[in-house]
Amino acid sequence: MDPLNAFLIVSAGLFSVGVFGVLTRRNAVAILMSIELMLNAANLNLIAFARFGDPTVLAGQVFAIFVLTVAAAEAAVGLAIVLCVYRNIRHINVDDLHILKW
Amino acid sequence: MLNPYIPVLILMAVAVAVAAGMSVATSLIARIFRLRRPNPIKSQPYECGMTPIGGARVRFSVKFYLVAMLFILFDVEAIFLYPWAVVHRHLGWLGLVEMGLFIGILAAGYLYLWKRGAFEWD
Amino acid sequence: MQITPRDIWNISPHLVVAALGLIILLIDAIWPRISKRQLANLALLGLIGAGALQARFWPRGQVTPVLGGMIVPDGYTAFFNLVLLVGAGISLLLSTDYLEWDGSAHGEYHALVLFTAFGGMVMAAAGHLIVVFLGLEILSISLYILAGYQRERRESQEAALKYFLLGAFASAFFLYGMALVYGYAGSLDLHAIARAAGAGQGAAANQLLLTGIGLLLVGFGFKVAVVPFHIWTPDVYEGAPTSATAFMSVVAKAAGFAAFVRVFALAFPGADLRHQVGAVVASIAMLTMVVGNTAAVLQTNIKRLLAYSSIAHAGYILVGVVAVLRNPAAPAEGVSAVLFYTLAYTFMNLGAFAVVLALRRRGEELLNIEEYAGLGFRYPWLGALMALFMLSLAGMPPTAGFFAKLYLIRAALSPLVGMWWLVITLALTSVVSFYYYIRVVTVMYMRPAVEGEQAPQASAGPHLGTGLALAALGTILLGLIPAGILQAAQQIAEGLVELGGMALR
Repeated sequence: MDPLNAFLIVSAGLFSVGVFGVLTRRNAVAILMSIELMLNAANLNLIAFARFGDPTVLAGQVFAIFVLTVAAAEAAVGLAIVLCVYRNIRHINVDDLHILKW
Repeated sequence: MLNPYIPVLILMAVAVAVAAGMSVATSLIARIFRLRRPNPIKSQPYECGMTPIGGARVRFSVKFYLVAMLFILFDVEAIFLYPWAVVHRHLGWLGLVEMGLFIGILAAGYLYLWKRGAFEWD
Repeated sequence: MQITPRDIWNISPHLVVAALGLIILLIDAIWPRISKRQLANLALLGLIGAGALQARFWPRGQVTPVLGGMIVPDGYTAFFNLVLLVGAGISLLLSTDYLEWDGSAHGEYHALVLFTAFGGMVMAAAGHLIVVFLGLEILSISLYILAGYQRERRESQEAALKYFLLGAFASAFFLYGMALVYGYAGSLDLHAIARAAGAGQGAAANQLLLTGIGLLLVGFGFKVAVVPFHIWTPDVYEGAPTSATAFMSVVAKAAGFAAFVRVFALAFPGADLRHQVGAVVASIAMLTMVVGNTAAVLQTNIKRLLAYSSIAHAGYILVGVVAVLRNPAAPAEGVSAVLFYTLAYTFMNLGAFAVVLALRRRGEELLNIEEYAGLGFRYPWLGALMALFMLSLAGMPPTAGFFAKLYLIRAALSPLVGMWWLVITLALTSVVSFYYYIRVVTVMYMRPAVEGEQAPQASAGPHLGTGLALAALGTILLGLIPAGILQAAQQIAEGLVELGGMALR
């Protein structure tokens, strides 16, 4: 198999697992973890394309580094929000958040 | 006109199938192949090879949470130092100034946290 | 890559806003007792300064990208940056009284507003997908925090969590789409993508590219709140602090559309490809207009009503995007209509929120529309202004909203677009929208007022008053003399189209 395709298939699988997790998990932290999976799937894609594409263009690899840091910032803010929600509501089950109509 | 979208549809179908297939397949495979020979030592939680003391379900102070969060932030931002360090000779003064700015912004965040008391345990 | 002083000068408005955000954050941390009103004034001063630096690029900026193609300081950037600066400035004016009343006046609020504006400005100026992504995340992460700004209010926390989870989910789709486009084009630079997508005849049938574009649509669609990516909007708008809702409703939308139109107008030049993408966008636009307007009819809470109205307006703007995509002869018309609409929407929506922010009853915000009974006579000025903003949102002449809609329709009516049903949907749903906008006005003027202690109170300090006046002035002036801004918008749009042509040469 074309090595690039192998990477793309793994990445698509990882992305799908992430989407599956977001849609089925009820715990806010677990959803956050699934979202991180999706971001990393995109990262894998970027790096695979950079590796098997034009070797003089490093945009994909640079982008992957940016995504890592942005994901960390996002996770920190997300966890802080989860913490605040827990302090106010005493749970983080997204199904039971219904003061506002979904 | 819709023809070009058929590959996209197929891709989506594959993605859904992979997601559904994986969750079903892993549980099936695990059910078929797993061995069940538990003994008390095996089912003990692993704690660096020591005999565990107390249950694992103790509550941690929420303060650890904050420390972990801040650690992630500053830890991951350090990633930018590595590529810079590899080529800093090539980048010259401009690169140094840019990195100084970057670290300056991080330091501003650090100063903010410090002044807000995020590092105080009590 | 070299950075010249000229490059720094070209991105100086961005730098001012970002640096000021950091400075305010630090000032507030080091001297916690500083008056928050002073901090707001400092932030306003900075926004005005950034606006003055940006005005130099009006209406035709510099077309050559700077910083290695990352940032394009053209007229388009200048327009959206000014819209974002005006939006952030008026929002800051509106928020000081509210935050003091609420007891949550902290310096972080002002810093976050500036960071959000900075993120939006980065998105508007981006000539590279990495920059689009970074701008989007700076904007979004700041907005997540603003939504959950009232730490003791459960609604606010819930809104923040919902916004965060769905926003991060959408970002992941967006990023995956970028990765696929990168795989197709071998570059993340918008011009390089345009060359790759324009050269091959197969672009319109390439699954990698089409999937990538589809996922990009999901990401942008979420940010600007179009159906079916709108589920978060009413909840977040209702739960977030009202001043933050006002801010995010205009700034996230302006920034989202800025990057949306630039990416789709520049990066995918093939007529075939555009035709197809245009068809997809057209169906999203129709769905958005229908769902947004029908759902708004049923609302009793003014914040939820404005949330659905903002969804409907996103649908109208999408009609302009369709005109950009499906009219290869004159894409500039669609672009200029989108520009004008975004500016008009900023003024009228902020104005409507300003009136909501001025009203209280027994220490609570006045959010139920029924409670507005009699306000028109009790507070004639406030009532008249609310009527003005509602009529403008509905698109009644001679207000800003009317001309904004007119230009959209004109751009979409071109026979090349071939989407007359879209224009009909726009017109019909606008008629529906009259019902719920006018209802607010009739409740204010036709229902008997509640007397005694129960009666609503209005208070507008100097900040809120100025913000309200500016929003009203913008709404009226854009309605009375739209020609000047429209001409500038047309020049800017032609500049953008020219830029797209240059990329292909």
